[in-house]
Amino acid sequence: MADVVDRLEPGARGPRRQTILLWQVAVGVAAVALWEALVSAGAIDAFFVSRPTAIARRMWMWSGDGTIWRHLATTLEESLLGLLIGSARGIALGFWCGRSPRLAAIFDPYITMLNAVPRIVLAPLFLLWFGLGIWSKVALAVTLVFFVMFFSTYQGVRDADRVLVDNVRMLGASPRQLVRHVLVPSALTWIFSSLQASLGFAMVGAVVGEYLGSTRGLGYVIAQAEGTFDTTGVFAGMTVLAVVVVIVSAAVSRLERWLLRWKA
Amino acid sequence: MTALEFDRVSRQFATPDGRVYRAVDDISFTLEAGAFVAIVGPSGCGKSTLLNLAAGLLSPTSGVIRASGDALDGLNRHATYLFQQDALLPWKSVLDNVALGLTLGGVPRAEARARAEQWLARVGLSGFARHYPAQLSGGMRKRAAMAQHWIIDRSLLLMDEPFSALDVHTRLSMEAELLALWESADSPAAVAKKTVLFVTHDLEEAIALADEVVVLSAGPAARVVARHPVPLARPRDLMDVRTTSAFVDLHRALWMVLREEVRRSQRQSEPSRG
Repeated sequence: MADVVDRLEPGARGPRRQTILLWQVAVGVAAVALWEALVSAGAIDAFFVSRPTAIARRMWMWSGDGTIWRHLATTLEESLLGLLIGSARGIALGFWCGRSPRLAAIFDPYITMLNAVPRIVLAPLFLLWFGLGIWSKVALAVTLVFFVMFFSTYQGVRDADRVLVDNVRMLGASPRQLVRHVLVPSALTWIFSSLQASLGFAMVGAVVGEYLGSTRGLGYVIAQAEGTFDTTGVFAGMTVLAVVVVIVSAAVSRLERWLLRWKA
Repeated sequence: MTALEFDRVSRQFATPDGRVYRAVDDISFTLEAGAFVAIVGPSGCGKSTLLNLAAGLLSPTSGVIRASGDALDGLNRHATYLFQQDALLPWKSVLDNVALGLTLGGVPRAEARARAEQWLARVGLSGFARHYPAQLSGGMRKRAAMAQHWIIDRSLLLMDEPFSALDVHTRLSMEAELLALWESADSPAAVAKKTVLFVTHDLEEAIALADEVVVLSAGPAARVVARHPVPLARPRDLMDVRTTSAFVDLHRALWMVLREEVRRSQRQSEPSRG
């Protein structure tokens, strides 16, 4: 039928996406090349900022002897646990508060207060409570992820379209069916949209936790390097972290696109 | 048989500045089963409030609403409600949207889908079962919404300016489809035609579709100011009916009444309410 909304063919977007990718690579290469050139020319001191070739060599060495994989696995495990636990709690409380204005009013000042606490000051407490192992890092990630998920879910439930709710009620939905067919999907659109941010926060929580006291993980690697003024090690650790975040974000945004495929 | 009865119904709202806004005031009327009644009135006259009351989404401040003889308490289970806005669930396919009323009522999924397929065919959307609502045009979404409501086969159909967002030609074809569905009345469970309460601000649409036109006064405190039967034979050809003398005469007579209410509503600086 002619009145179907025209949609862009995937092919039509191809060339533009490739151009952007080309520029992205070009910017990265230029920045790294400039860095290397400035160090080689003696304009800046490699002791303070290291140099790209040294960082690449260090990363090659790490992946060769396998030490980095163990640290990376630990960081990812902590992030994932933090994401799961923080999301579960944030979504549950967000849903309750979204459904009950009274509950929301009661919790409101406490949530604002807790969200204002700088997480870094909690890290030593968590070390004390949960020890040097992964759980103190998971706890730190949870405190970050929880609030993102809480606010998204709360917003999603509160923003459920009045007309959709009334329409489904008129079609005979029970309160439980209303939650399942309207309120949960409505909140999920918000939750999926904040998945990227949550994942980023989970990794920040894990790495900061490791940095402040641990025996494993990328944060630990970076802290160790800093302790010996090994700037190459610091930058190599940061680069590994950055690469992992980019890969995971791409996977999440692909997942998000698939989950929200009904949005034209 | 009476399908719907408003017995001295009033509804008030609290305004943000703490005053009381009377949306509808002491309204009484009855809808005979199988009748197609259109309500017209200036914007902000409480037409939507009236429908929400009939649907049971709102409860009256005073007075009683009876659906098929029983005083309404909570949602009106004899009625479905076609909203002005799009109300299809955007995350469900067109097929699942149409089948929704059945699956909510406990019909097995396979059977619900098979019946939804038949309804999609009736409204001309067979090829779009797997599409999501956002992928359809406005007119197609309305057709899907009609199927979504007709499939559960309630005896009373409430419609709140359902076609007002559509362009003139799509609107005309939707009106024709609505009448065809209503006049065919061949749904297996219903022996009689559905009762339709159709709210619009468009007098022409009201006369073209309905058996009877009710004119509401300008709000606040809307009342019924006129009720006229429509002396046009059925089935009607919507392309030609507007030029018949019976249509033109009735339009002139009702416009005299409505014109005054539209003027009054324009003079009032009250915040408008639907």
